[in-house]
Amino acid sequence: MSQVDEPHSATRRDFIYYATAAAGAVAAGAAVWPLVNQMNPSADVRALASIRVDISGVQSGTQLTVLWQGKPVFIRRRTEEEIEAARDVDPADLPDPLARNANIEDAALAADENRALPPFAAEGEAPAEGSEEWLVMMGVCTHLGCVPLGEQGVYNGWFCPCHGSTYDTAGRIRSGPAPTNLPVPVAQFVDANTIQLG
Amino acid sequence: MLNRLPLALGLAAGLAAPFAAPAVAQHVETEIHDYDFPFEGPFGSFDRLQLQRGLQIYTEVCAQCHGLQYVAIRNISDDGGPGLPEDQMRAYAAGIEVEGEDGTFGPASPQDHFPRSALENAPDLSLMAKARAGFSGPYGTGINQILFGMGGPEYIASLMTGYAEAPECAPEDFDGYYNTAFANGGYPSECVDDHGHREAPGSWIAMPPPLMGDDVVYADGTPTEVEQEAKDVSAFLMWAAEPKLMQRKQAGLTGVVFLTVLAVLLYLTNKRLWARHKYKDGDH
Amino acid sequence: MAGIPHDHYEPKTGGERWLNGRLPVLSLLYDTLFIPTPKNLNWMWIWGVVLVFALVLQIATGVVLVMHYTPHVDMAFASVEAIMRNVNGGYMLRYMHANGASLFFFAVYLHIFRGLYYGSYKAPREVTWIIGMLIYLLMMATGFMGYVLPWGQMSFHGTAVITGLFGAIPFVGEAIQTWLLGASAVGQPALNRFFSLHYLMPFVIAGLVIVHVWAFHSTGNNNPTGVEVRRTSKEEASRDTLPFWPYFVIKDLFALAVILAVFFAIVGFMPNFLGHPDNYVEANPLATPSHIVPEWYFLPFYAILRSFTADVWVVIAASWVTGGIIDAKFFGVLAMFGAIAVMALTPWLDTSSVRSGRYRPMFKWWFGLLALDFVVLMWAGAMPAEGIYPIIALIGAAYWFAYFLIILPLLGVIEKPLTPPATIEDDFNAHYAPKAGGTHTAVNPAE
Repeated sequence: MSQVDEPHSATRRDFIYYATAAAGAVAAGAAVWPLVNQMNPSADVRALASIRVDISGVQSGTQLTVLWQGKPVFIRRRTEEEIEAARDVDPADLPDPLARNANIEDAALAADENRALPPFAAEGEAPAEGSEEWLVMMGVCTHLGCVPLGEQGVYNGWFCPCHGSTYDTAGRIRSGPAPTNLPVPVAQFVDANTIQLG
Repeated sequence: MLNRLPLALGLAAGLAAPFAAPAVAQHVETEIHDYDFPFEGPFGSFDRLQLQRGLQIYTEVCAQCHGLQYVAIRNISDDGGPGLPEDQMRAYAAGIEVEGEDGTFGPASPQDHFPRSALENAPDLSLMAKARAGFSGPYGTGINQILFGMGGPEYIASLMTGYAEAPECAPEDFDGYYNTAFANGGYPSECVDDHGHREAPGSWIAMPPPLMGDDVVYADGTPTEVEQEAKDVSAFLMWAAEPKLMQRKQAGLTGVVFLTVLAVLLYLTNKRLWARHKYKDGDH
Repeated sequence: MAGIPHDHYEPKTGGERWLNGRLPVLSLLYDTLFIPTPKNLNWMWIWGVVLVFALVLQIATGVVLVMHYTPHVDMAFASVEAIMRNVNGGYMLRYMHANGASLFFFAVYLHIFRGLYYGSYKAPREVTWIIGMLIYLLMMATGFMGYVLPWGQMSFHGTAVITGLFGAIPFVGEAIQTWLLGASAVGQPALNRFFSLHYLMPFVIAGLVIVHVWAFHSTGNNNPTGVEVRRTSKEEASRDTLPFWPYFVIKDLFALAVILAVFFAIVGFMPNFLGHPDNYVEANPLATPSHIVPEWYFLPFYAILRSFTADVWVVIAASWVTGGIIDAKFFGVLAMFGAIAVMALTPWLDTSSVRSGRYRPMFKWWFGLLALDFVVLMWAGAMPAEGIYPIIALIGAAYWFAYFLIILPLLGVIEKPLTPPATIEDDFNAHYAPKAGGTHTAVNPAE
């Protein structure tokens, strides 16, 4: 090795050292990622992120409770009186004026039509009459997570036995400690008798 | 010469590895054909249409008796698998009856698994392509498995096509069906000579020949002779046993390529690091 | 560290001084990482780092596999399948873990045979050797218990066979076997406890590895010449050694990268080659596989176990002397554990005055034969116990014992060893001539 080679050689040596260190760091990162990622929901759990519910047997004025992703979901076929009562309210007067509906924009107000699930409509057709018949929402009280009871309380909606939160017939909080309306999950009709959650 | 010891040891241990897989060590001769499958080799991948054809054979023929309990119905629309469109997969699920939690029977949902075997003595097929090794040896070294693969799908295809006229030595009423690829079945003592040598390969299997040719009508117009059907259902069962085969090969290849690059870099680093301490004659 | 004189850690900042004064962890790290290492180590000295990597790999993949595995006879097999099919990257994690065991044993065998050839077991490194043997035994126990967990046919019936070995012990055998299994046969209690122990033992191994490293860091590494590092002065010692970091770390990492490239090729393209197809069939107590074979890394000792049948004269003699207490089955068990025991006793069986096999002209041949014997036994263990194979296994087993019990003690007496180089530096320079006219002494490792 002659003197003249020295600077050139030093740069090349540095480059190899840095390249090796960088490749080693990439290898370490690539080794760690699978160990982290394996804790994310597995394919069988992810497959349950979306379920289909047959609602053909649900009569007007009754409710179907299904378990979805470990939580109860209320699917209620409301009566005319319930819908009327829910429509009669100005969202601005409510404790929580927002719709809390995952299917529409976040800023939407808690009017009844923003809470109800639109019925099945074939492509290009307008939704049928009585379009606010179906109410689909999470059955978990927004206060501390109890499951509210149906057709209870002064608003004849839902009543949470734990701390007395009272929801109306559109699942909106009216009194009690719960801060927000019962959230409406991502849901849609895939045919006249089937609702897909998620 | 002294320096060759590590090499010798390494070689010795390297040679040792193949002894690991003695697989079918019984002294039963069977005829396993080395059928070609598109998923073989480091770059091979499943053929979607072939898997769909295999699924059709499974559904219309095998599923009468056999189960596929570790495979979820949703998997048949997976990318890299049969890739059925979602509506077809849902329709397929609806056509299967499963027992619900309350004990009543109803249509399956995509999350459900395929049913278990309907017959007591019909093994589940989910893992069949990995639970059998068509190739072994020679002499217990497992070299054939390195060269040709484990031979699971080849075994299944050979079994499907292996039904043959029973050898003349066998009694007419011997139990089962003669198959040249089946190792563990019954064997008439009339066909074994005094040295314990068997006159004909294979043995007698309880399963009647499942494929006769033209058992199904393929939507893509592929001919339906026995061999084609056998290969299709074997490919499908290989997918059922190892659905992540393509991802696994991809990960392996990425690992090999990246580690090779890393090894080269480390080699250069190592060489430079030691250069000032190692000066071979004439190097200066 | 005692032993080779070298520079010790000097705290440079106030923070370092503060911490090191309260817990000398920085000193420990420094002394471990920069430990003077004989500079003539060859490529057989890489396996230690490969083994540490394998242990870390097995613990890391094992801990995450446990998050998805269910140790129940009705669910174990299905939970493994769920890992293979549903868990993110689960198929890689499980294949890495299964083949990682093979990598572990592959490396440990080369590591052991390295030690046997270069006399690494000889004084003053007996404790290092014995601890290594304990680690090896624990590895075998861990590997065996891990193989039970997938609850396949080979898991189940292999467990029945191996625990049956303990049943061969006279008088108390059956009680021990029942105690091991928690029942009269393999079932839920066995699966549950093997799962627990399979999780525990790697951490015991990790602890022993620390002691193992501690032991040879005190005595200093052996090296291909078997000549000790000069210790009279730091200056002299530094002519025989280079610090572990970066010289040997980089060298070992290079070797590790090459080995892992091969490992990834196996995991990616033939992950089931080293396994047995029968283990993809769920355990069924009512049907035994036609041919039960252990994993490849047990085969040499499995061959020894099977080779001592009732018609072998030593077995007949042992049976006669003990009045039938030692029957063929028990003799086989004793032989299997004895084969490992004689290996552990090597430090006291080898009488040679020279440490490294490099300078032992006769030893070299016998050692080569031992390495070959190991491979032959492995092969014989995989073959069915009929025809010529039991005879091959018996010859192999006989040589194994003869090597340790007869040849090794005798060679020290009858062999005329060559003279090893005076110093490690001489050996190193014989391979890599020093810079012409340059001073190759007192290399500053910091440069």
